[in-house]
Amino acid sequence: MKTACRPFPALRAALLGLAISTALPTAAHATGVAAGTLIENTASATYTSGSSTGSVTSNTVTVRVDELLDVAVAGLAATPVATGSTAVALPYQITNTGNGPEAFNLVTNPVVAGNEFDAVVQSIAVDTNGNGVYDPGTDQILPVGTPTAAIAPDASLTVFVLVTLPAGATDGDTSQIRLTAEAVTGTGPAGTTFAGQGVGGGDAVVGTSGGRDDGLDAIIASLATVSLAKSAAIADPFGGTESVPGAIITYSLVASVTGTGSASGLRITDVIPAGTTYQAGTLRLEGAPLTDAADADAGTGSASGIDVLVGTVPGGASRTVQFNVRIN
Amino acid sequence: MKKLLFAMIGALSFSTGALAQTDAVKLAGEVKLEKVVVVDGAEKVTLVEPTVVVPGDRLLFSTRYENSGALSAENVVVTNPLPGAVALANDSAAGLSVSVDGGKNFSQLASLTVADGKGGMRAAQAADVTHVRWVLATVAPGAKGTLTYHAVVR
Repeated sequence: MKTACRPFPALRAALLGLAISTALPTAAHATGVAAGTLIENTASATYTSGSSTGSVTSNTVTVRVDELLDVAVAGLAATPVATGSTAVALPYQITNTGNGPEAFNLVTNPVVAGNEFDAVVQSIAVDTNGNGVYDPGTDQILPVGTPTAAIAPDASLTVFVLVTLPAGATDGDTSQIRLTAEAVTGTGPAGTTFAGQGVGGGDAVVGTSGGRDDGLDAIIASLATVSLAKSAAIADPFGGTESVPGAIITYSLVASVTGTGSASGLRITDVIPAGTTYQAGTLRLEGAPLTDAADADAGTGSASGIDVLVGTVPGGASRTVQFNVRIN
Repeated sequence: MKKLLFAMIGALSFSTGALAQTDAVKLAGEVKLEKVVVVDGAEKVTLVEPTVVVPGDRLLFSTRYENSGALSAENVVVTNPLPGAVALANDSAAGLSVSVDGGKNFSQLASLTVADGKGGMRAAQAADVTHVRWVLATVAPGAKGTLTYHAVVR
């Protein structure tokens, strides 16, 4: 009943900007009179009768505005969100287009017609701090089956659906994820009435949205594939290329990354072949020498093998590791 | 739940005592909700009790008047401020004497202007109307009638 106490002049001033929206009686109003508002109508008259004048006032008729259940959901990601090996947060906006505070049940569905794969939904998070960006630890996860907090009329709530790629997703494939919001009070064909369940004990009436709406965001798989090629070049002690004792073999390990994503934590290791001896100080990454010791640089080399932590390599790039051994 | 509340604000007891005259003219207000129903494929408007009302609904406000006195009432001016939560319907605006300035001035809507919020004026719309008014030159003893306007819940 709080809204019923709102003085009409203030309400009127707030609504003056909506002058044109009243032409269609059945159209959904993004902004409507608050549920619980009392519409009170009184007429008065003055007149003369004989030599005297009179005035009279009618009874006041009062109608309470019931609660309209309406909602709009929109996916906020303008383009498919590149998704690699970690979860991404897809933003959606839920707007209460009804005229009373209402909470909404949220349902995700990663199975959408046209999908090249179906994402794995991890959870839904509310944009608790309202900054439009998912902040892990700050933005609260909405437990499954728990509705949103009540959203004021015409107010919006941003939520994030956290998704990961399924196993077997192919780089460059896309997938849509649907988020549906349903008014907690109820849904159904427009006009469905829930007696006594509106603001202030009034009724709640399903609006043109049916009390539910959904929106779509999309992701695009951004994966990387790593291929490793190993080659050897032999230099024998006599200026030739024969694999004879004493010849030096230079091994080249080329890691090529393809795809739209990037390979992170890329590490190249190799063992020293039997019958050969690692040549100290010959380990190189992209032509630059690496010390054999385990230290600040990316690699180590020893009689048992070489180990180079290359790190993150973007798609389309390659990294070459080289080292020398001598044939015993 | 019954939500139509009749608060009888002195309709019958509010006497113009100083003039020692019982009210010759009586007013009685009523409100109905217009429902469009489809019967045999044709849309039909019916009036129902406003038990469930939401923004966008169309209401019919009516005021019945009756002269129950012995003398005829002259220059009967019936004024009805519009509730803030409704806007006058376009079809009602066309034929009524209306005010867009809180009841100070009355005229046909087409001749009225309101501030456009940008320092200028613009033509008044039905939704700008603050009051409607009817002027009845004479209401003879025993004569009665009904004055109505349609409004849309904002």
